[in-house]
Amino acid sequence: MSVRILFLGPLQDLAGKQAAEVAGPLDWNGLLAVVGNEVAEQLRQERVNVACKGRVLAEKTALLAEDGDEVALLPPVSGG
Amino acid sequence: MSVGEALAAFDAANPDAGGTASFLGKVRGGDGVKALELSHYEPLTLTGMEALAEQAAARFGLAGLLAWHRVGVMTPGEAIVLVAAAAPHRRAAFDAVDMVMDHLKSAAWFWKRERREDGWHWIEPRAQDRADLARWK
Repeated sequence: MSVRILFLGPLQDLAGKQAAEVAGPLDWNGLLAVVGNEVAEQLRQERVNVACKGRVLAEKTALLAEDGDEVALLPPVSGG
Repeated sequence: MSVGEALAAFDAANPDAGGTASFLGKVRGGDGVKALELSHYEPLTLTGMEALAEQAAARFGLAGLLAWHRVGVMTPGEAIVLVAAAAPHRRAAFDAVDMVMDHLKSAAWFWKRERREDGWHWIEPRAQDRADLARWK
């Protein structure tokens, strides 16, 4: 078991992959440390959201993911 | 998706509504775009669309609402999104479609990129999209 990190939209280009598996537990600083500098820089911006277990975090720096959880990194959206 | 079949089924499902308004969004042709790719994050995208539909239905007193959004690669002329609203009176139907489309453009969990001559480019919401969205606050 591990924490699965998903890179959505343009973040997958910056990460060079769509997903990564890391050992839990994973907190905000742990996340910044494993995603690479470019993605970490994006994550620090207000316009990028983080979801854990299918819910968008109101305060992303309070992230605490455990083994088996999915963490999705959500850049600004564009649909239609 | 078959737009005609979807609208016919939606119309049949709302026999007592006074009217139905619909919007079909397609991949624009003629400006150098070869293809468009829409991606989503299903755990959020679907629940977000359901919440949006319920919000619109309550706000405008709708008889029914249809909201379809495709994901994957599409080429110019293909349908991306279809929204239809059935209501007792036309204004509610028009407004509901307008509101749902504004939210799907810049407040739903979709990411869009387009392929041009020189490769793929991610698309961000335009300032106009954000201004459109703000009308419903």
